[in-house]
Amino acid sequence: MDFFSEGFAKAVALILALDPETFSAVWATAGVTALALFASLALGLPLGFGLGYFRFPGRRAARLFVDWMLSLPTVVIGLIVYGLISSRGPLGEWGLLFTVPGMALGLTLLGLPIIISMTATAVETTDTRLTQTLLSLGADRWQMLIATLVEARFAMALAAASAFGRIVSEVGIAMMVGGNIKWHTRTITTAIALETGKGEFATGIALGVILMLVALAVNLLVGLLRRRAA
Amino acid sequence: MRQFVSTLALIAVLLCAGVALAAEPILVGTTTSTADTGLLDNLAPKILKDTGLDMRWIAVGTGKALEHGKNCDVDVLMVHAPGAEKKFIEEGHGISRTEFMFNDFVIVGPVKDPAHIKGKSAADTLKTIAAAKAPFASRGDDSGTHKLEKTLWKGAGLAVPDKDSWYIQVGQGMLATLRIAAERGAYTVTDRGTWIAYEAKDHGKSGLVILSEGDGALRNQYSIILLAPKCSKIKHEAAKKLQAWFVSKAGQKAIADFKLEGKQLFTPNAK
Repeated sequence: MDFFSEGFAKAVALILALDPETFSAVWATAGVTALALFASLALGLPLGFGLGYFRFPGRRAARLFVDWMLSLPTVVIGLIVYGLISSRGPLGEWGLLFTVPGMALGLTLLGLPIIISMTATAVETTDTRLTQTLLSLGADRWQMLIATLVEARFAMALAAASAFGRIVSEVGIAMMVGGNIKWHTRTITTAIALETGKGEFATGIALGVILMLVALAVNLLVGLLRRRAA
Repeated sequence: MRQFVSTLALIAVLLCAGVALAAEPILVGTTTSTADTGLLDNLAPKILKDTGLDMRWIAVGTGKALEHGKNCDVDVLMVHAPGAEKKFIEEGHGISRTEFMFNDFVIVGPVKDPAHIKGKSAADTLKTIAAAKAPFASRGDDSGTHKLEKTLWKGAGLAVPDKDSWYIQVGQGMLATLRIAAERGAYTVTDRGTWIAYEAKDHGKSGLVILSEGDGALRNQYSIILLAPKCSKIKHEAAKKLQAWFVSKAGQKAIADFKLEGKQLFTPNAK
């Protein structure tokens, strides 16, 4: 299986040559991941926090639902989103099919349950002594909320990192909703699927290496920010 | 008031001219064979130069491409399954079907040819394979090639051997199917374009060779389909322009000029 070594060599060659097709896929991946992750966080953090912090009727059912949605297959998400944003679907007016925002919509559905579930767990499991101490110090409700939020920040960062990993490596939604259009919606993962389908295994490995390098860069950056914050 | 109207008209004309100057994106729903062989990559810059259309494409099996057309998700279709295409138009999803090029299918199999099909007609080939229970790889994805394969079984007077263990239903693109056929020592039906691309990549050492070709039943006709007016949002004018280019002298010549490994893949045949 010499396509492994060939793949690694090709990855280096593609990066050094600033290969336009590869970088177009890298930018598509970066754009769609950033959009989807931002939307997942913007919606998921408050929802997850609310789910973990407040006690309300139906909370356990809501919790069960979110955890259940963690198992939703990406191909099914792809089909659902396709049905929604196809020209003849209920959101067809928006013209989102085969566009980057359309893909981001699908990937947000993938990331959202991860963020909600992990944030809720983080908030639920913050040290109960914290609450008691704060109460005995005479903290009001807002101060309690803020303190819990601060306490759960690292766990939320972990939720974000998990969602990032899922979104950046996703292929089913990206293929179905994005359409793998060259120069536009071809991400690194759909390009890998295409090259593999064409029998270009080495190119597939090369793109895989590049995807992992992008992910490494993001993780290093997050690690750096974390150390600053700690 | 009249001045106001004429000013508006002038602005409209200027806007239209501006749009015409800028490259207009057009989305083609097409099949894996036109994309995997590199034909569309080769034609896109020529189309941009001649018509100002920025051709983009979604390459899937013909079944899915037609579905995209039904749902008005692409501007125009370029597919190769005449039977399904005619039905598509009869059902009112498309308004016209223009044949513009063809290539042909070939039946390939292991060099050793265990079922001895070499040189037989398409119908006899399938009868022989079925009688020998020799492994046969099918696309199994409702693509144009899959549809043709099913008509070949019908032409041989046989039912599609859906449940037989020697009938391998791959459910993937043509190149993936060829690779699986090579790994499993199976026979398969492929369009010649993808076959040449596949052979070129493996430098002819794939273990598969052409065993049956030239039968009239193996002709692979490509058509452009314009979608019905019920698709109100799509670019009907641009689609007509693209169709006109493909049947024009320039378009037909570009198709004939496209070569892979020195071999012509598609034969233009617009009427």
